[in-house]
Amino acid sequence: MTQLQLPSYLDQPPAVKDRFTRLKQRPVILKVDALGKQFDTPQGPTTALQDIHFQTHRREFLCVIGPSGCGKSTLIRILAGLETYSSGQVLLDGQAVNGPGSDRGMVFQGYTLFPWLTVKKNVMFGLERAGKGRTAAEEVAREWINLVGLEKFEDSYPHQLSGGMKQRVAIARALATQPRILLMDEPFGALDAQTRARMQAYLLEIWKNIDITIVFITHDLDEAIYLADRILVLKAHPGEVQELIEVPVPQPRTVEQFLSPEFLATKKRLETLIHPNRDTHENVGEQLHMVRMVPLDDSVSSIF
Amino acid sequence: MTRTHWFAVRKELPHRSRLWLGVMSFLLPLAIWSLVSYVPFVWHPKMEIIDPGDVSYFRPGMLVDRKVFAKESAALQNTGGALPQGKRANPIYLPAPHAVAKAFFTAFTTPPKRRNEPWLHESLWQSIQVIFWGFFLSSLIGVPLGILAGTYDVFSRLFEPFIEFFRYLPAPAFGALAVAILGIHDAPKIAIIFIGTFFQQVLVISNTTRQLDPALLEAAMTLGAKRFSLLFKVVIPGVIQQLYRDQRILLGWAWTYLIVAELIGSSSGITWFITQQARYKNFDNVYAAIMMIGIIGITTDLLLARLGRRIFPWQRQPAQV
Ligand SMILES: Nc1ncnc2c1ncn2[C@@H]1O[C@H](COP(=O)(O)OP(=O)(O)OP(=O)(O)O)[C@@H](O)[C@H]1O
Ligand SMILES: [Mg+2]
Repeated sequence: MTQLQLPSYLDQPPAVKDRFTRLKQRPVILKVDALGKQFDTPQGPTTALQDIHFQTHRREFLCVIGPSGCGKSTLIRILAGLETYSSGQVLLDGQAVNGPGSDRGMVFQGYTLFPWLTVKKNVMFGLERAGKGRTAAEEVAREWINLVGLEKFEDSYPHQLSGGMKQRVAIARALATQPRILLMDEPFGALDAQTRARMQAYLLEIWKNIDITIVFITHDLDEAIYLADRILVLKAHPGEVQELIEVPVPQPRTVEQFLSPEFLATKKRLETLIHPNRDTHENVGEQLHMVRMVPLDDSVSSIF
Repeated sequence: MTRTHWFAVRKELPHRSRLWLGVMSFLLPLAIWSLVSYVPFVWHPKMEIIDPGDVSYFRPGMLVDRKVFAKESAALQNTGGALPQGKRANPIYLPAPHAVAKAFFTAFTTPPKRRNEPWLHESLWQSIQVIFWGFFLSSLIGVPLGILAGTYDVFSRLFEPFIEFFRYLPAPAFGALAVAILGIHDAPKIAIIFIGTFFQQVLVISNTTRQLDPALLEAAMTLGAKRFSLLFKVVIPGVIQQLYRDQRILLGWAWTYLIVAELIGSSSGITWFITQQARYKNFDNVYAAIMMIGIIGITTDLLLARLGRRIFPWQRQPAQV
């Protein structure tokens, strides 16, 4: 591969710089301060997260990225209130987070739709818990189902839907109660590349049009750059913030930007952060101690 | 289209083959039974006397061991008396299929020996009632208790250790006690079915309840579900289909306690019929009655399975009876 002369990921075009200035003037929705988490394991306590601090502003799209086991899921589960934390604080609109609640919607990697409810009833679930009457809930649910383009399937059960459709229902279900913030833990991780790209476009479209702040976990660098305003990069053992990157790719995003210099520069930076001394492809063979296992006189003795 | 191989591991066979095998699973034992009953040189350890000849204690229709028959014949051959005539037969406790088939109908049409004794259909109905009440009362308490124990650790820790201990006590052991407390009528019998079912039921139900995917509970909590809505809107609907299946299996267990239950106090129901018929050596009736229990059991189960598919439309049921 020829080395392109890339700009620094820190060089922001004027429009982008301007936008970030305005973004940081928006009210803070979520503030995480000196957050720490320890798990008690049979081998003694292990530190999953240590001294995490960051904040998100209203209608911001924040991606969290990091190597496997760095505590991304733990972090988002703490934000959702599904996990306790050992130290520090998590403030949502200035209030300390205490247990799960409908002000923080969550979309999981496994679809977690209720299999015994139809699509419509799934979306109505949160609305009914919030005390909405049946007809009112039904009306709101319909709107959301239309919004994710599943009006033909509102009476289907989850097992009758494809993975992408299920995840759209899950998003609609999480958003229907109008949470302040939407937490997503590798929501498209189980989808194939095409469906995944479509879902990303859907999500951006939804984000643009409604008042929602999104915290999105992924391990896909392209996905993070394509979606995020800012990317929180974590490192493992213990999970700590490595860098909070402001993505220099102009908004609104399009797929054409995947090859723009800003995009590639950001990706290069993420790669050096996440895989600092990644092996080049050439020396993989040496590492594996491979020996030739096909006889020399085989009819296909060489594949080159 | 490639056919599924007969011995493909964990692959479902085509519908036709499944049906065929299902019929075969009944025909096979029937075939073995017929073989033993109708082919004279298979087993048939007895001789049915047709003509006693000069053997003093032989009577027409009497069944004697083949060895005894041979010995008597040999003795007569030596002394020159009239030889007895007989044909090979199975013991009286193994009637042929056709005799049992006939008994299926005649058992219902034969009036009881004494006036105050019940007809067969009355006996059966009594048995069904005992099962129903035993199982119903057990479920009434056992199912909610199991769900609570499967949902809340408090109830699990509070109830399950004792129940775990109690389920090892054989239900029939409580027979005499039940009679002493509840009298000799149906109540102690219902109590035995209850004791036999209840303790297993709580443990089975609580275990099934614990199988619920915790991610569903977490999803519900992020949607604002709290204590009671978690229980009633997530836990119960989330496991109800499996609970229903458990209940079907437990109902089968309840049936297995029936005979013991009906033997305590004054014998009653189908058990009374069976012991009575065995006493008169009407073994064809005995077999017919035993099979009726099986038929009632499997028919209810099939009906319940079908009903289950109707009330739980959200999941394709795995192929099962
Ligand atoms: N319930 C738990 N008990 C003990 N240790 C845990 C528990 N949950 C997570 N951990 C540990 O905390 C660390 C972070 O786990 P976490 O699942 O948050 O990682 P992750 O970044 O989401 O990884 P991945 O990218 O593979 O999903 C891991 O080292 C894990 O072993
Ligand atoms: Mg994770």
